[in-house]
Amino acid sequence: MPKNTIVCRCEDITLEEIREWLQMGYTNIEEIKRLTRAGMGPCQGRTCRTHILRELSRVSEMSPAELTIPTFRPPVKPVSLKTLAGDGND
Amino acid sequence: MAMIKKKATVVIIGGGILGASVAYNLARQGLKDIVLVEKSYLTSGATGRCGAGIRQQWGTEMNCILSRESVRIFETLAEELEYPYGIDYRQNGYLLLAYSPKEREQFSKNVALQNSLGIPSRQVTSAEARDIVPHLNIDGLLGGAYCHTDGHANPFHVTFAYARAAERMGVNLYSNTEVLSIEKDKGRVCRVVTSQGSIDCEIVVNTAGGHAAVIGEMVGLDLPVYPERHQIMISEPVDAFQVPMVICMSHHFYIQQTTHGSFIMGQGDPNEPKGFNINPSWQFSVELAKKITSVLPHLKSLNIIRQWAGLYDMCPDAQPILGESPEVKGFFTASGFSGHGFMIAPYTAKLMAQAILGEEPEINIDILNYHRFASGQLILEPAVV
Repeated sequence: MPKNTIVCRCEDITLEEIREWLQMGYTNIEEIKRLTRAGMGPCQGRTCRTHILRELSRVSEMSPAELTIPTFRPPVKPVSLKTLAGDGND
Repeated sequence: MAMIKKKATVVIIGGGILGASVAYNLARQGLKDIVLVEKSYLTSGATGRCGAGIRQQWGTEMNCILSRESVRIFETLAEELEYPYGIDYRQNGYLLLAYSPKEREQFSKNVALQNSLGIPSRQVTSAEARDIVPHLNIDGLLGGAYCHTDGHANPFHVTFAYARAAERMGVNLYSNTEVLSIEKDKGRVCRVVTSQGSIDCEIVVNTAGGHAAVIGEMVGLDLPVYPERHQIMISEPVDAFQVPMVICMSHHFYIQQTTHGSFIMGQGDPNEPKGFNINPSWQFSVELAKKITSVLPHLKSLNIIRQWAGLYDMCPDAQPILGESPEVKGFFTASGFSGHGFMIAPYTAKLMAQAILGEEPEINIDILNYHRFASGQLILEPAVV
């Protein structure tokens, strides 16, 4: 089941992969993000963040509310280079 | 968190590529009781925020040698470190663009130096540049320089690979451990006081990146290293489209498609003030988008999904400070990398380990000592973005 459960839909990261890294001792969501790319895709972690936090909370025996989450980085949603450059034809 | 060790031979401060690779090289040479402390998590500083490029096209002999030898190490690094996840290393080349006769003249000097040191770079005309990057707009372009063995790697995996190999050899690695002070006894370092307890030690290695001067101050040293914000943004992944990194010195930007498919691009602001600010700015994304859509117009529909900033550990001559402080025995620094620490770390760490163990480093690194600033004998690296 964890093998077929996609946690991060943008980067195709499975629950099994997340659990593997957690078992190796990487119990900080910042490290999990950087090692697996979960949360680095176009949705920027909107789907996977809560799933990973729940897994982390199980491993660390802390409530999700006590865990830190990665920094929200701009832009809020994907923006094309031409829009950013302001050519006015978008 | 495990109790921190109370005693060590060496305490390394900073869990970026330099700290992790110095720890690995020391352990590989047989040194015992090595501790690495990191105030946040591995790669949380400059390493994890860098542009991930690896280039050998430099303008000083030292930067050329450090990068050339590091490339040799990168080529087999995942195997050397027995890291099963790979480090995404690719040698896709770097194309540097020249827009002024002065720039072309500088490239000519740099390429001559690089070739004399065995780096296979060459000057190219603007037409040749377009052969290498077919979607390049060559309006106003006078030519450039190209090296096909330059490339990129994944800074996270490289650092974790070094750290895991070091841990397997007994190195103790403590995250979330901030250094508060460093104590001396008769002019020698003797203790590092951290947020998790004190560690008695013989040697301290300062690999704190943008925070290196803060660590230096703890032993009374005035290191001329200062932090400077640099920003990056990245696109959604797309099919392989652009092979080499493209750098434009006169417009202070670089852009590369990673192995993963996303385009990573950054820009240095010549007016950026010194300081620890790592907030992203909207001006950056607008300015850079204007430059990219002008030089590489085919990328105009590419979607940007994330933007961030990190600190260059700037040194006045854009070359690192390496070695032991003459004033404080046992205090070693490897900092001041000025934006190219990741790419020269593998070989630099090897030389640092030799110096720390009291051996003669395999190449003479005296030119990168602490005193070059006082004597004014600076050889300025001209090729920094």
